[in-house]
Amino acid sequence: MPFEPILLARINKPNSIQLNGYRADGGYATFERALREKQPLEVVTQVKDSGLRGRGGAGFPTGLKWTFLPKDHPGPIYLCINADESEPCTYNNRILMEKDPHQVLEGIMISSYAIRSECAYFYIRYEYGDAYRNLQAAIDECYAAGLLGKNIHGSGFNLDIYIHRGAGAYICGEETGLIESIEGKRAWPRIKPPFPAIEGAFRKPTIVNNVETMACVTQILRRGNDWFKSMGVPPDPKNPRDAGSYGPKLYTIAGHVNEPKCVELPMGVTIRELVEKHGGGVWKGRKAKSVNPGGLSMGFAKCDLALKGEDGKTEYDIPLDFNGPGKIGCLGLGTAAITVIDDQTSMVDVLHNVCQFFSHESCGQCTPCREGTGWMLKITDRLRRGQGRREDLDVLVDVADRIGMMPGTTICGLADGAGWPVKTAIRKFRQEFEDVIRSGAKSVHSKSLQLVDAH
Amino acid sequence: MPELSEDLKNRIRAYLPRYPRKQAVVLPALHLVHDELRTVSNEAIVEIAEILELHPSEVHDTMTFYEFFKHDGDKLGTSRLWVCRGLACMLRGGYELLDHCQDTLGVKCGETTADGRITLEFAECIGACDGAPACLKDDIHVMNVTPKSADELIAKLRS
Repeated sequence: MPFEPILLARINKPNSIQLNGYRADGGYATFERALREKQPLEVVTQVKDSGLRGRGGAGFPTGLKWTFLPKDHPGPIYLCINADESEPCTYNNRILMEKDPHQVLEGIMISSYAIRSECAYFYIRYEYGDAYRNLQAAIDECYAAGLLGKNIHGSGFNLDIYIHRGAGAYICGEETGLIESIEGKRAWPRIKPPFPAIEGAFRKPTIVNNVETMACVTQILRRGNDWFKSMGVPPDPKNPRDAGSYGPKLYTIAGHVNEPKCVELPMGVTIRELVEKHGGGVWKGRKAKSVNPGGLSMGFAKCDLALKGEDGKTEYDIPLDFNGPGKIGCLGLGTAAITVIDDQTSMVDVLHNVCQFFSHESCGQCTPCREGTGWMLKITDRLRRGQGRREDLDVLVDVADRIGMMPGTTICGLADGAGWPVKTAIRKFRQEFEDVIRSGAKSVHSKSLQLVDAH
Repeated sequence: MPELSEDLKNRIRAYLPRYPRKQAVVLPALHLVHDELRTVSNEAIVEIAEILELHPSEVHDTMTFYEFFKHDGDKLGTSRLWVCRGLACMLRGGYELLDHCQDTLGVKCGETTADGRITLEFAECIGACDGAPACLKDDIHVMNVTPKSADELIAKLRS
């Protein structure tokens, strides 16, 4: 049976962004039914039992996060929506916000009701101007229709949703950086604990959830947990800590493919299927050399590297569920955004681009990250100029190993994400890097060789 | 003579009821001022701080963190054109597009053309990877940009 998209079902319909169009497709009936028939705790329990894990990158179980809020708190409790979506090569949240904003808003309403929040801050990156305007128009429609504001439909439940625009900083996607940014400060992540559920925005209990997670909440409440659990990958029985990878997922495909696009598929599709079937194959008749499986922070897969004990399969065949990328040394599923790199592209140029990004986006709070990402950029810049030194690769891996939450040297995970692509690229493509150092070959991007400001 | 008009100040004040603390209006206020005046001068910082009951250094601290707002005599052009240099764009010609725009406009990233029409910037991934290489015109995505379509866009922004 062909898979029927649910989260993306409405995106190309006429009227898809308007309230009347959403209403005609049964929109907001789920929220209204929850208001009438369900206690907030029932909604929390349903989302917890559905197995929904956060779609923003870390994959933390959504319902479980909600239960961390203090019981019987007098309020206010805040819900912050993370629409900072800045992980390179990721754009699934943008599609939802631009094309079906009401589906996201309904999820926010249901979630706010569940966690007893009367105020949601929708933090959206500045670069998403169209998404911002479509969302604001949708919110205005909801106020006019009595779906937002005081005493919604006579239920006694109040809710305001305010959009807060960012200003071009990747770190605002880190949940406590996001909170600091909402508070009007520099977006320096906070030391945890306390976690936001205990002390978040304005020192009040706060839940931070991703945009796609909100759309999933809408559909889980509408279609039920059996529907959600009917697709995806159940927990690994050998791993008691695995919460499974249920539900549909929005995958984005970018880079060297014929048809870069966002597709909705059951969790667990392989990289190969995404590229060959949904992305129209690798462009120009070439082969895929490497794939970044979930945003740059996750590291690299090497497409022709055989998987141990799995005959004929390579890293190109790993499933993209929450556990798949970890089996090949990648950090995780991340944002499920895959970027394909063809066999004519230098991994030195790719890695330099990655280091350029993280060096630019390190917020500067923790010294190992601020300095380490800068060193990694300088070294990869030297490599692409044909001035690499024999010891450079070991120095890069050494720096990458020492910066981050895992070695315990930074407050947030940005540095882990900066180090991971460095470690995986050098481990898997070491010969290519060594050849470049030996031959002194220069990057083909000759004009762009100036070291662009690494602040 | 105040830097911010009464109308602009009122639009900043309109954000106050949204948040439990006035400091939370720093970012919305900076956007409002920057959009209208194309820069955030020291005088504007002082006036924003007055409205929000902050020390000007607190506003300045937040503003400079983002490296998004022009200040210290620097001013945005009529349009701001960002060229994405993220990986997805780089793989499909983003670097060459950035070089091309710098050559065509005769300015480097961060600079404004002499006629004051266009400020050129590089951007880290702008989330338009399905249309790579991509640009951002102010806050609107322009996708699948070729050197030719970039020239057409630039001509339109200059006219």
